[in-house]
Amino acid sequence: MTTDNAAPGRIDSLEARIDYYPTHEIAGFRLRPGKPFPFGATLVPGGVNFSIFSSHAVSCTLVLFNKGAEEPLAEILFPDSFRIGHVWSIMVFDLDCETIEYGYRMDGPFDPAVGHRFDKSKILLDPYAKAVGGRDVWGKPPNWDNIFPYRGRLVFEDFDWEDDRPLEIPIEDLIIYEMHVRSFTRHTSSGARHPGTFAAMRDKIPYIRELGINCVELMPVYEFDEFENSRRHPDTGEMLYNYWGYSTVNFFAPKAGFAATGRLGMQVDELKTLIKELHQNGIEVILDVVFNHTAEGNERGPTFSFRGIDNKTYYMLTPEGYYYNFSGCGNTLNCNNPIVRSIVIDCLRYWASEYHIDGFRFDLAAILGRDPCGAPLSNPPLLESLAFDPVLGKCKLIAEAWDAGGLYQVGSFPAFGRWAEWNGKYRDDLRCFLKGDAGKVGALSQRIQGSPDLYGWNGRGPTASINFITCHDGFTLYDMFAYNYKHNEANGEHNNDGCNDNESWNCGWEGETDNPGINALRKRLIRNAWAILMVCHGVPMVLMGDEMGRTQYGNNNTYCQDNDLNWLDWGLAAKNADLLRFAQNMIAFRRAHPALRNRYHLSNQDYMGSGYADITWHGERAWSADWSNESRVLAFMLCGRHAKSGTVCDDYIYVAMNSHWETRSFEIPMPAPAGGKWHVAVNTGMPAPEDIFAPGSEPELGDQGHFLVTAYSVVILVARHSGLNTNLVKPEEPGRTKKSKAKRK
Amino acid sequence: MAFDAKLVMKDTVAMITLSGSLDAASASRFKEVIEQAAGQSPTKLVLLMSDLEFLASAGLRVLIFAKQKMGAKVDIYVVGSQGPVLGTLEMSGFHHSVYIQDTYIG
Repeated sequence: MTTDNAAPGRIDSLEARIDYYPTHEIAGFRLRPGKPFPFGATLVPGGVNFSIFSSHAVSCTLVLFNKGAEEPLAEILFPDSFRIGHVWSIMVFDLDCETIEYGYRMDGPFDPAVGHRFDKSKILLDPYAKAVGGRDVWGKPPNWDNIFPYRGRLVFEDFDWEDDRPLEIPIEDLIIYEMHVRSFTRHTSSGARHPGTFAAMRDKIPYIRELGINCVELMPVYEFDEFENSRRHPDTGEMLYNYWGYSTVNFFAPKAGFAATGRLGMQVDELKTLIKELHQNGIEVILDVVFNHTAEGNERGPTFSFRGIDNKTYYMLTPEGYYYNFSGCGNTLNCNNPIVRSIVIDCLRYWASEYHIDGFRFDLAAILGRDPCGAPLSNPPLLESLAFDPVLGKCKLIAEAWDAGGLYQVGSFPAFGRWAEWNGKYRDDLRCFLKGDAGKVGALSQRIQGSPDLYGWNGRGPTASINFITCHDGFTLYDMFAYNYKHNEANGEHNNDGCNDNESWNCGWEGETDNPGINALRKRLIRNAWAILMVCHGVPMVLMGDEMGRTQYGNNNTYCQDNDLNWLDWGLAAKNADLLRFAQNMIAFRRAHPALRNRYHLSNQDYMGSGYADITWHGERAWSADWSNESRVLAFMLCGRHAKSGTVCDDYIYVAMNSHWETRSFEIPMPAPAGGKWHVAVNTGMPAPEDIFAPGSEPELGDQGHFLVTAYSVVILVARHSGLNTNLVKPEEPGRTKKSKAKRK
Repeated sequence: MAFDAKLVMKDTVAMITLSGSLDAASASRFKEVIEQAAGQSPTKLVLLMSDLEFLASAGLRVLIFAKQKMGAKVDIYVVGSQGPVLGTLEMSGFHHSVYIQDTYIG
């Protein structure tokens, strides 16, 4: 119970336990030696256990603040007897967990040549802090003179999850939607009451579900500082931010500025509520995690956490004590140091267990396989530990299998039977084929099968391949077919940032045009991309807004833009309703056909005795694909009897792809297999609504022997078994859907 | 306005009238009243919030405590909450765990 004379920031003990009692008193605070594990600030009966590691500091001081105060409430120097090994730990009683903020001062040598950069004038953020204050409201200019800019806060772990847990949807059944929390609802057209927040995203769950998405991949939601390297555009005066957030301040804390309740300190509750509701709608949550570097930058960057706690442990350093820069962002986290490895594992366990996260996508993951000197390891301990970690046992682990130091590991990332990869070769090959490049048919055939050329040699299946054509890096799908060149002038870097090898095609005019022919072609190419992506083996990933033709006006690197270049304009859903309908039906097609979602690579053989191999290849002539260098057409047929390795029965699926500039006639395998008839599911050469038909409503094809596939078009046919109504498998129902109580009676 | 919490039992319904600011300083008082109510084994818990002016994180913690202390069989009604208090309940998602009503119609 609170007493009237309690000191600010302190309350009397609510509950006492006989084995948790103070043995010391410093600065008026009752204390006892703490427990070294777990690291971080842990609530214990009547107090808080603080524990922090540093192998090179000579002393450590716990600094307590009242929430938002400019000056500390107290500084408690750890007695020598409170240190065990390299860990300082202290239990402080009677703290008001709701109003206290904490940090540390670390004293030790400042000798950059040997890697030490201690500065006891700095108050440091605990790397294990579960919530961080200081950037509570997005875009609110900070006090640059604040002596403690990023403030550790205490978190109660009392969230009412009811019966929720990670969904564990088989990875081959996922359709991943890569998105930025703020961008999704910040635009006024979203109609959100709290635009740009976790709460607003919750309001849009019905849209995600109706689109058919069963997994959202959230661009960074760890605490980052949107004001890191913020600046005004020299010409336009537009404020430029660290918008995407690929620069971590703290790995355990959710981004307060993404929460409508961030100013109230309830960001943890708000994010957990979002995850719980996504799960109730059958939608998994993958976090994009950035363990390759931190926001402290290089030797000219700020010291607010790792650098001041144990620089030599946390960062990869050159023999001269400078920072290796394999991330392209100034520093590189020393991930295969055992201490750093532990924090990464602890962090992911925390998110999996405390936030029920379903999986993780690791930014520039090749860095996680480098040794402390930067050399690639053949058996990286961190990647192995993550692969075999019991808490992460059902989590999806997805690598961006390259880094900014030139290590490119697509197809060779150390997978330990667990890791999937963003398949950069899929992206490049698909883009080239879609725009009509010659010589891509062979590569396309591999991508269609889940890239066995990349993943078959070491026993990895199609599930190792995250198939994508667009992601946050690079053009949107609309811009892929509207721009030949990047237009990044708005970033204020003289158009020098962003990649130059976009493999895009503007269809004859750079940027927006009112030419109906060009616009029709662009939309057809967008449909082609959706169609091919959804019939490939592997795990498809789409970029937020690509379903409705979102444009970034040719900017292929919008990392700093807090404006319409990133914000999703929901008006596009009506403007490009035909595209949205196509995307929705294409996703439904994939979910309806297990033949598209095998866990293991296709064999090109008939092991079911159906009379057809699991996949067969065709061209303008049935059974005879044109693999020549000038070919721009390819067709394939999937045998429904081999769906899910022959464990379920599906339709036969025939896909004809024409990236030639002329119409081509495709001879269709006939008679249609299993005594059925071919039906037209998709023809991107037709205007909406004839371009796609919902599963189960496909019209029968008139000429069962041939199909004219117009220039730059994709046709998908399905053949049903005769004597059966349908073998369609209904799209999965959302898992564990539960009716919300929220209502006004 | 100082925080206050008053418990009244109506048959098996525990009704708690809240007023003022429910924050870190007052949360322990609210928690005490919740425990008193739980001791009566109510079938419903009704929180009358029309005079509650502010709900801080500490107050939300006690609401979560109330839900878990009472158990899944006891429905919780939040009645008359408005303005920032209702907004906080909605933004944090707690409104999904209770019945929100303008006036109590159990």
